[in-house]
Amino acid sequence: MNETFISDKNGYYGEFGGAFVPEMLRQNVESLRAVYYNIIESAEFKKEFNMLLSDYAGRPTPLFFANRLSNKYGAKIYLKREDLNHTGSHKINNTIGQILLAKKMRKTRIIAETGAGQHGVATATVCALMGMECVVYMGETDMVRQEPNVKRMEILGARVVPARCGNKTLKDATNEALRDWICNPENTFYIIGSVVGPHPYPDMVARFQSVISEELLTQLSGKEGIEDPDYIIACVGGGSNAAGIFYHYINRKNVRLVGVEAAGEGVNTGRTAATISVGEPGIIHGSKTLLMQNEDGQITEPYSISAGLDYPGVGPLHAWLAKTGRADYLNATDKEALTAAYELIRLEGIIPALESAHALAALGKLNFKKTDIVVVNISGRGDKDMQAYIEAKKMFK
Amino acid sequence: MNRIEKLFKTKKKNILSIYFTAGYPELNHTLSIIRELDKSGVDMIEIGMPFSDPVADGPVIQRSSEKALHNGISLNLLFEQLARVREITNLPLIFMGYINPVFKFGIENFLHKCSETGIDGTIIPDLPVEEYRKSYEPLYEKYNILNIFLISPQTPNERITYIDSIAKGFLYMVSTTATTGATNNFDDSQMTYFKKFNDLNLKTPKLIGFGISNKVTFNQACDYSNGAIIGSAFIRSLDENGPLPEIIHRFIGQIRD
Repeated sequence: MNETFISDKNGYYGEFGGAFVPEMLRQNVESLRAVYYNIIESAEFKKEFNMLLSDYAGRPTPLFFANRLSNKYGAKIYLKREDLNHTGSHKINNTIGQILLAKKMRKTRIIAETGAGQHGVATATVCALMGMECVVYMGETDMVRQEPNVKRMEILGARVVPARCGNKTLKDATNEALRDWICNPENTFYIIGSVVGPHPYPDMVARFQSVISEELLTQLSGKEGIEDPDYIIACVGGGSNAAGIFYHYINRKNVRLVGVEAAGEGVNTGRTAATISVGEPGIIHGSKTLLMQNEDGQITEPYSISAGLDYPGVGPLHAWLAKTGRADYLNATDKEALTAAYELIRLEGIIPALESAHALAALGKLNFKKTDIVVVNISGRGDKDMQAYIEAKKMFK
Repeated sequence: MNRIEKLFKTKKKNILSIYFTAGYPELNHTLSIIRELDKSGVDMIEIGMPFSDPVADGPVIQRSSEKALHNGISLNLLFEQLARVREITNLPLIFMGYINPVFKFGIENFLHKCSETGIDGTIIPDLPVEEYRKSYEPLYEKYNILNIFLISPQTPNERITYIDSIAKGFLYMVSTTATTGATNNFDDSQMTYFKKFNDLNLKTPKLIGFGISNKVTFNQACDYSNGAIIGSAFIRSLDENGPLPEIIHRFIGQIRD
């Protein structure tokens, strides 16, 4: 079995990936594919990218030893604090990278899709920074449940356009963004927020997010004297924060990589977003991957309390990591995520995003040795989820 | 010879192809629509296989697809509905839809059923030419089904030449940088593009689609191609009050009179 975890020239990770786009999008995708690698790997680009990551986004994000959480689970648990980034999540790493690329390609208008609004906010932010027009597509359902982020995007000068088809969530917002791109091929750059979509997006976004694992290597050396933890745990919707924290460890086979999907009300309830558990191979948003679908090949509506994980597909890299067994994919229900969030809040004084809470929920599902070093990616902060946490408060006296 | 190839061999101008969404407006309208289109004198029929996430389509086809799925259409049921379609029409029939339902159905199973049913071709916008060639072409050839390729205003000339060299049946020339949907008029830049495209003197016949809604746009398109495809405008007409045959004959009559 081919165990190369960098996509090939056609964007394939094993059997997953590719660029299944209509001819109307082909030139957009192809012109990006032709230049992205040389631009983002150039010294000039890296200099500007790294400057913005440090001076604007506030990197490196801390690696925090969570003492009380460690005592509870009987392992040495570290938290990678992506929630402390500017705009409150790891999404800014990618939007800084893509907007610099958009400028190099002389595009003047930016579009994006968003679920929880974290990617939308991160996109609106860099558009304000660069003085670019910004249109964010967001499912109408998500606009209601993540309203503070809608307001943030609007304050930043973005136009937020509701997606009104389907379940009115992330999948539908992505459809609308793709349609916009078909209609505006000349001036528009589509900043995709996760390791999904047609090649080169999955590879490009993973490279931008790989700064997370790059920092982890040195941070862990500093604290533990070794680069490799025993476990790395991250939540997976499309899978960008997981791809970022896994990236430099993928070929270090002694590190156990654990992705955590959103089970919603339960994997077998039909109200779930655990794509790797219940999905089958198919094609969504330009990429062959695992996806939730019915026997007729219609994409089914996912469900999770977390808008950022509420997606029926998953990045092709994760489909391949799952298939090859290189990474393990667990899942956590809405309730388990809320419980894990409250636990972190009360033990460590950190309010995580609901998405990141799913990663924390895996701590109770793994059997650690006392000496195990465990790193959990806290992909975002929980300000946007206060309503859900307030409603859940009675459960956690 | 495949019915699509036969059509383009015998008719060179003003070919009219109509797209409709299977299962819309009512689940069991599929055969009646085909029968009436045949009687009204269209040259070819495109049967839309509804998909939950039709990214290349505008609002009208999005809505008809959503309704058709809600009505209960599926690829299996569509094949059942069409089991005896060759008793009512000899027109070329094309399936148009997205790759995922076909992939899920199993490509060989799908093409086998197409061939049994009398389907002559497919248009699958999100199946790129490269993927088709890599994984699908031998099976299409085995079952004598033609896969029709799209060309858009964004397609560079050398790619058009390449696609023309491997194309069969006809080229589906997308009129505009937009999703499907009706417009009332083509602007100068579109006419320039049609002309430029026409001047390439390609070997494969071509039909223009997207944005054709009435006699004016149909005739404009026909000036630079072998004919044109109408979808959204036809689907919208199906929402009008009155008996289906009357609506269909009136619509086609207005295009062709």
